Amino acid sequence: MPPRPLNDGLMPSLCRECLHVYGDGSRCPQCRSPRIIAHPELLDLSIAHMDCDAFYASVEKRDNPELVDKPVIIGGGRRGVVSTACYIARIKGVRSAMPMFQALRLCPEAVVIKPRGSVYTEVSRQIRAMMDEMTPIVEPLSLDEAFMDLSGTAKLHGAPPAVMLARLVKRMQDELGLTGSIGLSHNKFLAKIASDLDKPRGFSVIGKAETADFLRDKPVRMIWGVGTAAQAGLDRAGIHTFADLLRWDKTDLQARFGSMGTRLYHLARGEDRRRVSARTPIKSISNETTFFEDTASVDLLDGHLWRLAEKVTDRAKARDLAGRVVVLKLKRANHSLISRRVSLREPTQMADRLYRTARGLLDQVGNEGPYRLIGVGLSELTPAGKADLTPDLLDPNAAKRDRAERASDAIREKFGKDAIRKGRSLR
Amino acid sequence: MKISIERGTLLKAVGQAQSVVERRNTIPILANVLIEADGDTVTFRATDLDIEVVDKVPAMIERAGSTTVSAVTLHEIVRKLPDGALVALSDDGTAGRLTVEAGRSNFSLATLPKEDFPVMASSEYSSNFAAPAPVLRRLFDKSKFAISTEETRYYLNGVYMHVADAEGGKVLRCVATDGHRLARIDADLPDGAAEMPGVIVPRKTVGELRKLLDDDDTTIAVSVSETKVRFATPEITLTSKVIDGTFPDYTRVIPQNNTRKLELDAAEFAKAVDRVATVSSERSRAVKLSLDEDRLVLSVNAPDAGAAEEELAVAYGDERLEIGFNAKYLLEIASQVDRENAVFMFNSSGDPTLMREGNDPSAVYVVMPMRV
Repeated sequence: MPPRPLNDGLMPSLCRECLHVYGDGSRCPQCRSPRIIAHPELLDLSIAHMDCDAFYASVEKRDNPELVDKPVIIGGGRRGVVSTACYIARIKGVRSAMPMFQALRLCPEAVVIKPRGSVYTEVSRQIRAMMDEMTPIVEPLSLDEAFMDLSGTAKLHGAPPAVMLARLVKRMQDELGLTGSIGLSHNKFLAKIASDLDKPRGFSVIGKAETADFLRDKPVRMIWGVGTAAQAGLDRAGIHTFADLLRWDKTDLQARFGSMGTRLYHLARGEDRRRVSARTPIKSISNETTFFEDTASVDLLDGHLWRLAEKVTDRAKARDLAGRVVVLKLKRANHSLISRRVSLREPTQMADRLYRTARGLLDQVGNEGPYRLIGVGLSELTPAGKADLTPDLLDPNAAKRDRAERASDAIREKFGKDAIRKGRSLR
Repeated sequence: MKISIERGTLLKAVGQAQSVVERRNTIPILANVLIEADGDTVTFRATDLDIEVVDKVPAMIERAGSTTVSAVTLHEIVRKLPDGALVALSDDGTAGRLTVEAGRSNFSLATLPKEDFPVMASSEYSSNFAAPAPVLRRLFDKSKFAISTEETRYYLNGVYMHVADAEGGKVLRCVATDGHRLARIDADLPDGAAEMPGVIVPRKTVGELRKLLDDDDTTIAVSVSETKVRFATPEITLTSKVIDGTFPDYTRVIPQNNTRKLELDAAEFAKAVDRVATVSSERSRAVKLSLDEDRLVLSVNAPDAGAAEEELAVAYGDERLEIGFNAKYLLEIASQVDRENAVFMFNSSGDPTLMREGNDPSAVYVVMPMRV
């Protein structure tokens, strides 16, 4: 059904229930639904951002109907942070990334559920499959949100991007029992802002013509990547809104904020030339864990270090990647962060080498604990074929340990992850 | 203080000082050189708290005294002055400025009080001996390429100088390794060195020491303790802390039973390795050595970039062997050979390979092969 040409002067409108496209009117002429979107550029825009509504919590509610009318918080343990709160919990003020104790103070009746990672991954895969049917250019940002570039797909689908996006959220609801919000605009920056405008079950459009008006009074912290630190820097410069930004010259912004200055200059004008890219190469692989109780015990830290190193290298091996730079991350009880990195002579994907290197870094840090979190990562990734080529003269047993690791990898592959473990991992 | 000093003499002293001071440091006085004029000598002293260099040079002293001034700035000024100029340094002791005059140039530099300048505590040396500059030069020049830069293995960040038992008796030995290659260089044991404790001389000290060793006729007075090492010519004294760590037992990683012998012209070999490695743009360029009866084929295969091959006539009489190395490592050890042919001793493609110069056991190199 190709979009019907619209009469001049009529505002293109789309019914989100029956996907009917028509010109003007506050209700759908076909199904009488009031859930319509009307926008002058509705049928011309093609860059979209889809964000699931309270993804983890929605999955839990779907799988356990008893939870439907209860506040639900997804997060890990007493010391963890909130990873998702359902909209009922959000009314009480619970937010993601809030420490759990604080969330429970605000909403003591909340049902706290430990995240079920594999279930979310599976659901995310199903949503991804739906998006892949719409366009080859899908850029996932996480399990529950993605950019899509639908340029040039209207002919193929016989429907403009807006209709396809409305169909996507409808399918997500009908087939998966989950809701999502759509932002549709002419670049990634605005599409991401738009998807957040009327969550949940939102569908917002920011057209080219209204971009400048729309942004003018918005706070600059809306920009993805402007965190607390960047915000403080902007505050010091007296930049609070996009209108403030517009008063700055490009060169002044560059001088003050470096490469971010250039970005800010363009974003202030609603310009964002980043492409939606289906394949963003991974830059690093890391894992971290927050302890049940703060610890300074080297033995405990060492056990965690090994388990994390194994997780990281399992992922590296699965993707046939190796890393040259080893990163150790520690968070003290007061949340201050210690980060140490070291370049290896050649990339590695062996848990043993990662663990030993990270252990060296841990020893270098010395006694700065107690810590609440430890993390290990590999970066400067290269294909595995270039990894672990030159054995260490001073560590003649390393080759044996490598062979043992490869052998236990094969056993774990066949009989499950816990089929064979190092004693060290039990600490 | 008021002194006049020849530009060349001043440049050398200040040059040594500015290379010792730490460029980026949080303690301002450490960027300065301490200048002390007394009698007919001026002493230039610089330190980064680990290394201290003291240079005594003759000068015309009108008024004795002392001050400290930025080593880098003073060096830059002196460097830009015309050759042969006579440079006058003066301060009135109160204004906090040092005046530098040469010809029509006039500079006024900020100073810091000399009382704040940290002077390295003197210590007792358990061993003192004298060694000719060329001997030390050979020991350090041939080993320093193998020093590790890995901070986690800080005990490899220097040259291990110690007394060792070699076939012909005790020797003064320098060893450096980064876990991928190793250099072991021996010299005749100087009188008085036998009781010397083994010390790890840091990389930076090795670099500074090199500047004392250019003149063949100089004799260097070496003093060693458990924590410090000192190298001195009549003019310059270089004192350094040594690395507080244990150098690994290197003897067990030097292969004793490698039997497959390859002899070749090191210069020809190095040129060929350099040529074939050109096609690879990777950080660690792997070169494959394929050995057959008196024939060596060097090859590089970089799937993304291209391939290269070169054949060399060599002396080799053992079974066929294929073994890979990091091109850079091969180049570095090959460039250590200066008199005779390079002799490589292989075992298998996975075992450490030994290299020496002819039959000379006083310089031995080990290099780890790379999977290719």
